[in-house]
Amino acid sequence: MTDAENSVLTLQNVIVTYRRVPAVHHVTGSIKTGSLTAIAGPNGAGKSTLLKALMGLVPLSDGEIDRGGRSPRDFAYLPQQPEIDRSFPISVIQTVLLGAWPRSGIFGAVGSGEKQRAHNCIEKVGLTGYAETPIAHLSAGQWQRALFARLIMQDASIILLDEPFAAVDEATTTDLLGLIKAWHAETRTVVAVLHENALIAKDFPETLLLAREVVAWGPTSEVMTSENLERAQAMTRRWAREAHAHPRAPAAQVAR
Amino acid sequence: MTALYQLIAAPFVDFEFMRRALVACAALAIGVGPLGVFLVLRRMSLMGDAIGHAVLPGVAVGYIVSGLSLWAMSLGGIVAGLTVALLSGATSRATGLKEDASLAGFYLASLALGVMLVSMRGSAVDLLHILFGSILAVDDDGLLFVVSVATVSTLVISVIYRPLVVECFDPVFARSVGAHGTWVHAIFLGLVVLNLVAAFQALGTLMAVGVMMLPALAARFWSEDVSHIVVIATAIALVSSFVGLLVSFHFELASGPAIVLVASAVYLISIVAGARSGLIARWLRRPHYHEPHEVHR
Repeated sequence: MTDAENSVLTLQNVIVTYRRVPAVHHVTGSIKTGSLTAIAGPNGAGKSTLLKALMGLVPLSDGEIDRGGRSPRDFAYLPQQPEIDRSFPISVIQTVLLGAWPRSGIFGAVGSGEKQRAHNCIEKVGLTGYAETPIAHLSAGQWQRALFARLIMQDASIILLDEPFAAVDEATTTDLLGLIKAWHAETRTVVAVLHENALIAKDFPETLLLAREVVAWGPTSEVMTSENLERAQAMTRRWAREAHAHPRAPAAQVAR
Repeated sequence: MTALYQLIAAPFVDFEFMRRALVACAALAIGVGPLGVFLVLRRMSLMGDAIGHAVLPGVAVGYIVSGLSLWAMSLGGIVAGLTVALLSGATSRATGLKEDASLAGFYLASLALGVMLVSMRGSAVDLLHILFGSILAVDDDGLLFVVSVATVSTLVISVIYRPLVVECFDPVFARSVGAHGTWVHAIFLGLVVLNLVAAFQALGTLMAVGVMMLPALAARFWSEDVSHIVVIATAIALVSSFVGLLVSFHFELASGPAIVLVASAVYLISIVAGARSGLIARWLRRPHYHEPHEVHR
């Protein structure tokens, strides 16, 4: 982890606060180029907040994130499902084409080459025939597939995923996991916030176990021990109790 | 044939004030049609109403300073509208108060200030004129102003269309690719203020809000593609203006309310008969979901 040459993201004492309460505390470490990392931890551990910090979407209260000269614009980011307005009148193909934005620019035209690529992406995620379907008509699983098609379209070397399997069916989880493995095989760097411990143990080589602070960070087999998991639970519980004792720190809202 | 001519063409052929009214309404419809669609998509449907009220103190100051001068009153209205829009936006960003809530606070204060200013110098009749306008008495300057604003508005919307759509649909994505939504939002609100001020002499700001919002709400029932919705909404606004003017001419009714009531009728029809999500379409589609052969296919 000390090898800065191989690191694509290096965090130095990162602190993110929400209403003056730390949501992510003193996180130091690095993510290696081409690694496949899970961010695990109990609810309210600050996992999504840390991912947003990597993406530059929330300000740091202290510390710094070295992105190796890259801008977060070069990253592809999948937010949690409820963060996008699903009732918006837009089709699957138009949503996927947004992934071409970093290449076409805000005002640039989207050529027929990009359209062909978008259709290929839709095919890859198993949504063939749904290109013109309004997104409001998709199931939760199909919608997540469409967002993965947009991620493929972005063609980023660093991909950040927030709860990619929450609220999707088993078949979709299997397919999307296949896409993530394919990205890993193409030596893209993938970081995913995940809930499913069994899935992490099976398919994610690296894990960052978070409970506001880093509990453990490294090879998954060494990180996801029952001892570490209990410690993470205890830390989150203790912190919630403290927050409860000081009502100015609303525990439940923090770090979401 | 002559009856039809008398019904729909003669009023405009015979009377100049009707032609002027038609041009002003058409310009207004083209200007505000797309804006209404984006207000609905941003869940800010009541924003237009609030801005319509918020321009009043500026218009009143313009009136106090230089009488019934179109330019002084318009300038005042634009300043007041922009101030309220920007203050409420800045407040919600700085304090976390929801934007519609902070807007409600500022526009009510602005409206009260406006009513107080008008009552110090004018009469209730003036106030009614400002809020409701009179399309049948649009002068050259007023016409030029409405048409210019519609032109600028259409050009600006076509330039910022893509960032505006993405900012409404998926603001996190817009930020993640480095397109900061703040300026898009600010330009958009500026256009809303400009159009409503331009409308004040013709339809009055409050009636203009009707031409902005009702077609946008109605269009939502006819399509699930944002670019089509923009076109449909503008078309509904144009047709409502044309029909509303004729209704007001033939039945000697107030023109502004007639236009807005026609738009309301289109809205009601769309709720019931809209092709995409109207009540009839929903009712017809329902049994489809339960057809057994669909499942086995």
